[in-house]
Amino acid sequence: MSTLAVALTGNPNTGKSTIFNELTGARQKIGNWPGVTVDKKVGYTRYKNRAISIVDLPGTYSINARSPEEKIVIDYLTNNKLDLVVDVVDSSNIERNLFLTIQLLEKGIPVLVDLNMKDEAKRRGIKIDVRKLEDALGMPVVETVGRDHKSTEKLLSVFTETVMNRYNVSEQVQAHIEKVQAIEQSPDLTESQKLEQTIEARYDIIDKIMAQAVSLNQASTSTSEKIDKYLANGVLALPIFLVILYAVFQITFTWIGQPIADVLDELINEDFLDWSKDAMAAAGVADWMQSLVADGIIAGVGAVLTFVPLIFVLFFCLSFLDGTGYMARIAFIMDPIMRRCGLTGKGIMPLMMGFGCGVPAIMGARALDSEKDRMVSILITPFLTCGAKLPIMALFAAMFFPDNAANVVFAMYIIGIVMAIVVAKGLGATIFKQEGSTFLLELPPYRIPDMKTVLLETWDKGKGYLVKAGTIIFAASVLIWVLTNYNFDGPTEEMSESFMATLGSWMSNLFVFHGFASWQAGSAVITGILAKEAVVSTIGILYNAPDISTEAEDAAETAQTLLGTDMSTAFTTMSAIAFMVFTQLYTPCVTALGTIKKEAGGWKWMSFSAAYMFVIAWLVSLLVYQIGTALGF
Amino acid sequence: MTLKEGKTGMTLKVVSIADSALKERLMTMGMTPGTRVKVLRSAPLGDPIAVRLRSYNLALRREDAEKIAVEQAG
Repeated sequence: MSTLAVALTGNPNTGKSTIFNELTGARQKIGNWPGVTVDKKVGYTRYKNRAISIVDLPGTYSINARSPEEKIVIDYLTNNKLDLVVDVVDSSNIERNLFLTIQLLEKGIPVLVDLNMKDEAKRRGIKIDVRKLEDALGMPVVETVGRDHKSTEKLLSVFTETVMNRYNVSEQVQAHIEKVQAIEQSPDLTESQKLEQTIEARYDIIDKIMAQAVSLNQASTSTSEKIDKYLANGVLALPIFLVILYAVFQITFTWIGQPIADVLDELINEDFLDWSKDAMAAAGVADWMQSLVADGIIAGVGAVLTFVPLIFVLFFCLSFLDGTGYMARIAFIMDPIMRRCGLTGKGIMPLMMGFGCGVPAIMGARALDSEKDRMVSILITPFLTCGAKLPIMALFAAMFFPDNAANVVFAMYIIGIVMAIVVAKGLGATIFKQEGSTFLLELPPYRIPDMKTVLLETWDKGKGYLVKAGTIIFAASVLIWVLTNYNFDGPTEEMSESFMATLGSWMSNLFVFHGFASWQAGSAVITGILAKEAVVSTIGILYNAPDISTEAEDAAETAQTLLGTDMSTAFTTMSAIAFMVFTQLYTPCVTALGTIKKEAGGWKWMSFSAAYMFVIAWLVSLLVYQIGTALGF
Repeated sequence: MTLKEGKTGMTLKVVSIADSALKERLMTMGMTPGTRVKVLRSAPLGDPIAVRLRSYNLALRREDAEKIAVEQAG
């Protein structure tokens, strides 16, 4: 028998992804829809020897083809021969969910209606008569709970048994379709009048169907309402948000993420490094090759790999919060603040990821509604202190401000945030002046997140970082090693005669008035464009302390080592601050730039981002240094 | 009156929506003339507001709520 081709469609917050994940598990392929940056998820499963392929279409409220997601849904459904289109409906919110159902039927797409979360609907006093709903629509209807095993089994058996061409829309739906066609063909109406009358006609038929098949008895206040009294309303809402935010960062950087990172660090940068050195020596590998592998590749890639647990833990926390429905409340309570910063409440989630890694944060901006919000968010994200910039700040703070290290690092976070806000406002007043920012957001009921979905999402987002470690950082490590170990005459023992020294001293010409015009600092600026992780390791290598740790928490120890080198005299406290400010704000790493190119649509925005951030960093750093020295610091 | 003037706990009925960028999206989300809308709360800083309509909760900014003409629901 041929593979059964199934497509899942439905509104956001209906548990559609959970159903998809339960049905297909890890047998998923995540790609991209051609030409747009929307995930395409395809999964595979088997039921009674029948192979089933399932496409998880983006969650949309309608298919008016206004957004890329809506266009994908309608294009996919009309251009592909599918055996079954499943419309996942949140039973507790059936009224608005039926809008999409009706629109699909208008387009001549017969659907199997999956009434999901029937348990939740029951709790909220919403009773749906399945038989009557089938009659009212003329389409088959099935009930599921979402994440339990029975629902999955039931769906699979319904999938294989339902033959869609046995079903025809009911008389009333047929009458509605004719009415909509009449509106569409009416010569007296403007386009917007047609659209509005069509929407009203859809809700008219929905009201009819509701009266026929659904009984509402919502007397008591739901649990979500009670929770919202505290989390979305009143004086406590903002403090609670700050506490949750603090907890997320503690979990990531102190409680769970960092301890795992430490173990990994020991494994890679000590055990594995020693083992590979011994192994290479025993195998008689050439010295230069030993150095490339040990000092170049393992050191470079290792620095990134030890960072992976932090990224995964942070994304796990954010996916979990998203699954509970709390993310929508954060957007709700933060919207006025975000707006004053030239952004929108919904933008807070991607920006929070930016403190981990800019790459998924830039990708996360996809979720924003308006082009302006998306572009502004993409362009300002790299100003934030990502996890790779943190070790730079921690090291310099520990070296030059041993008594105030934490405050100095905190100040750098603030400078990044302030710069992001200033630029967001600037972009809003200039390049994106014409376009408005919008905010219209469903506040879904609070739910216990489905762990499978949270884990798959975490993996999906964190994978980008792993790929980065495996490819770009690998290449950058080799490149940096070559640049520091060779010059035009071949291999060189003296770092100060290497390619890197030459490039670094060219670069350093730009920083004569910033107080850090050394070739070492210039080189660190160059490697930082390849990867911010490379800044500390470059400094270590160039000041003859190659074995320093590149982790923020070892900063005090590393600082002691480096204070014994020329570095202690190469920087003054003011030029150290100028260097920190510069690295905090300048050009994003190549991985982030590649992501910007993909998400913002082209070389133009990528080059813009690279150039304007360099200029801003250069100016702010110059101001800080000049004013600071003039004041006698 | 407009939805912006609605007080917490009030149940109102949509009369019309003024032309705006959000009009079509608001209507798609169920804000059609005749729909009953209950004002739930405003965010801690006063904006946006949350309303309940068609058995679900929707958040919108006050400036958009101002474009929605409503009357007291009986």
